Amino acid sequence: MSDLDAGSSKSESRSKRDTTHKIPPVHADRANRPPLDDAGRTRITPRVLAPASESAAACRVGPRRSYKSQGPWSGGEILTEALLREGVEILFGIPGGVLLSLFDSFYHAPINMILVRHEQGAGHMAEGYARATGRVGVAIGTSGPGATNLVTPITDAWMDSVPVVFLTGQVASNLIGADAFQEADITGITRPITKHNYLVKNADDLPRVVKEAFHLAGTGRPGPVLIDLPKDMLMSARDEVSWPETMRLRGYQPTIEGHAGQIKRMAELIAASKRPLLYVGGGAIASRCTAELIALSEKAKIPVTLTSMGLGAFPAEHPHYVSMLGMHGSFAANMAVSHCDLLLAIGARFDDRVTGRLDRFAAQAKKVHVDIDPASVSKNVKVDVPIVGDAATVLQALVPQVKPVDARAEWLDQIAAWQKEHPYGYSRREGEILPQQVLESIAKVTRGECVYTTDVGQHQMWACQWIPVNEPHRFISSCGLGTMGFGFPAAVGAAFGVRSQGLPVVCITSDGSFQMCLQELAVSVGHQLPVKIVILNNGCLGMIRQWQHMFFGERYSCSEMNLQPDFVRLAEAYGASATRVADPKDLNKALKWLMATPGTALLDVVTARGENVYPMVPAGGASDEMILDPKEAVAIAQRLGFESFEAD
Amino acid sequence: MSGTNRHIISALVENEHGVLAKVAGLFAARGFNIESLTVGPTEDTTLSRMTIVLLADDDTLEQVVKQLRRVPTMVKVQDYLDTPTIQREMVLIRVQAGDGSRRLEALEVVNVFNGKVVDLTPKDFTAELTGSENKIQAIVDCLRPYGIKELARSGKVAMTRSPTAVR
Ligand SMILES: Cc1ncc(C[n+]2csc(CCOP(=O)(O)OP(=O)(O)O)c2C)c(N)n1
Ligand SMILES: [Mg+2]
Repeated sequence: MSDLDAGSSKSESRSKRDTTHKIPPVHADRANRPPLDDAGRTRITPRVLAPASESAAACRVGPRRSYKSQGPWSGGEILTEALLREGVEILFGIPGGVLLSLFDSFYHAPINMILVRHEQGAGHMAEGYARATGRVGVAIGTSGPGATNLVTPITDAWMDSVPVVFLTGQVASNLIGADAFQEADITGITRPITKHNYLVKNADDLPRVVKEAFHLAGTGRPGPVLIDLPKDMLMSARDEVSWPETMRLRGYQPTIEGHAGQIKRMAELIAASKRPLLYVGGGAIASRCTAELIALSEKAKIPVTLTSMGLGAFPAEHPHYVSMLGMHGSFAANMAVSHCDLLLAIGARFDDRVTGRLDRFAAQAKKVHVDIDPASVSKNVKVDVPIVGDAATVLQALVPQVKPVDARAEWLDQIAAWQKEHPYGYSRREGEILPQQVLESIAKVTRGECVYTTDVGQHQMWACQWIPVNEPHRFISSCGLGTMGFGFPAAVGAAFGVRSQGLPVVCITSDGSFQMCLQELAVSVGHQLPVKIVILNNGCLGMIRQWQHMFFGERYSCSEMNLQPDFVRLAEAYGASATRVADPKDLNKALKWLMATPGTALLDVVTARGENVYPMVPAGGASDEMILDPKEAVAIAQRLGFESFEAD
Repeated sequence: MSGTNRHIISALVENEHGVLAKVAGLFAARGFNIESLTVGPTEDTTLSRMTIVLLADDDTLEQVVKQLRRVPTMVKVQDYLDTPTIQREMVLIRVQAGDGSRRLEALEVVNVFNGKVVDLTPKDFTAELTGSENKIQAIVDCLRPYGIKELARSGKVAMTRSPTAVR
């Protein structure tokens, strides 16, 4: 579109707005924001969200009345309407110069625009929202720094296949490439970390692009899609807008149905197997195939191990559940993988943290891999039966073909014996709270009646080990990218997502990670979200310290923090309730207080420093060679040698 | 590991900005080594054809093709290894060939290869030649002794042979 266009529409939209508002609105949040109270705290009656509908698709059916009754439409208004047509009820972000006209359109729209404090927070909130609801999340940042602050969450969403549409402002079209103020080539920067991205130069393209973006983000292997929005395009005006029913995605047709012959082979392999094992990842949650997994596991008596992304895809309380596998997985799960004769990978991607040494991973097993992404199949591990398709659809076709098995005593007993031999464990200490103990207590106190999010480090691995997750969408962690700072904003986003279900969100974090995104306390408190923060405060970057302990001669270079804020007062400064616990005797009481306190609350748990996560399969090691006993850890690590480990 | 082969991958892509960057980025990020890559319009104005030549073993090739297919604007990806194809490349060569007799000899080489002289100066001449890769290599080798001043090869373009064509 031409600059002339942009110029004329600019003055047009300005004059229109000037008659409507004397003071230019900055963000929609303000509409709901009462003044600060005497204590200087914001006391907000949040806008009540409409209950989340089953899926975005449900909101899309039928012609709807536009939120705007007559033209002309600015680019920003077209975008807003397009978002509403996709069923978007909430978005997270921060405005900026090039986005002002868009934020002006949000002002009147029935859309909940959440003002965050840092765009990284917005991105992780959108991820948390998406992972708790299964819907597409939306985050927005302005041109330049706003967009680059989104790069970490975009990468995070890419690695964990989270459906998020990222909207970024861009400088006016005629300035693109001129190193203009706050210009960043965000489509260039994010090309390798998005499923697809768009630079929209013509407002006429917005309806189609938004439709495609949501379709791409939410279907197939989900992932992030970015739409870059030049300022002049957002400000240009259109008298007529057409809302296309079709998309221009000839090259994008995810395979849903698995190959019938391959599914038959899968059923035959199951019938022939003595020691089958289901290895299930995050794809199973995206595909919502929990019922099918249970049906398969029960019909053919197949035990199930999950990856950290898969936690909740199969109920932890099910007798066939063998807990997480991989680097910090259980002894039983890793032994089961090493000894199974048939490995059924469902929506999992043979990540190196799961497999360890590739040639020793499930070495005795025939392997079947069900995944919607053909590029994931046979990428790291050659499989005998690759099946490209949607997990739920494939399993629905498979289960009737599977021969029922009455008992599989030998194999299941063997796994039970492994579970008995080395359960997750720790020995309590007088006067000191052990981190594992905190997780065990959280599990007891919350009884699964919440969504859990974690940050990254030791506490994350203990959470994976100790929290039984019985439902999908209830355990949210940054697994692929391992982003410290993810847990808290993800909890905030998840809390918005499950608000209508009345579920609290428990954020399990530690002193290092929490300090990377704690500014979003303002959002959590401001919207009275029931986010319950538990800091496992070990005074250090525990996971780093653990590797230094094991592989670097206990030289604790930059892993111990010599100054810590007072997290209780910090939380209180934002208006959250907070308290600290250091005595094991008070732990349960403190956790009960945390869960009973309305709104956002924080519990600072002083935990023993120097506790490490076991079992551990050292990076690149074979999965049946685990370090189980802290006393042996250093000796084994040294015997194996430093070279074989890549740093975390 | 299976043996390394020279593969020609033909990809039909949406004619949109960013597709070339995406494909180039895919190759770079995974350390796939491309020998040549050409992009050009097709009979359908909304589509471009990329012809990519690379050395790869079967596993790498499988990954390349899968990664390419993952790009939403990629409409069709084909590996031409086992498909009868027509492949052509073009070269422009500027040859020094100073004095009379050597110059004539060099021009004769161009003639023999069915090349065409497209530019002539007292000091040098420029020839154009289209053909299979072997043919291009052969003329380059034959002209080298006369002093190649500059050379530009187009990279390969390829199409499958028509299924009804006589082979
Ligand atoms: C953004 C980011 N920077 C650095 C790292 C490397 N890293 C992995 S774990 C870890 C320590 C985490 O410390 P903390 O949050 O206190 O958790 P703890 O291990 O103590 O439970 C670090 C620095 C990372 N994963 N993410
Ligand atoms: Mg810590």
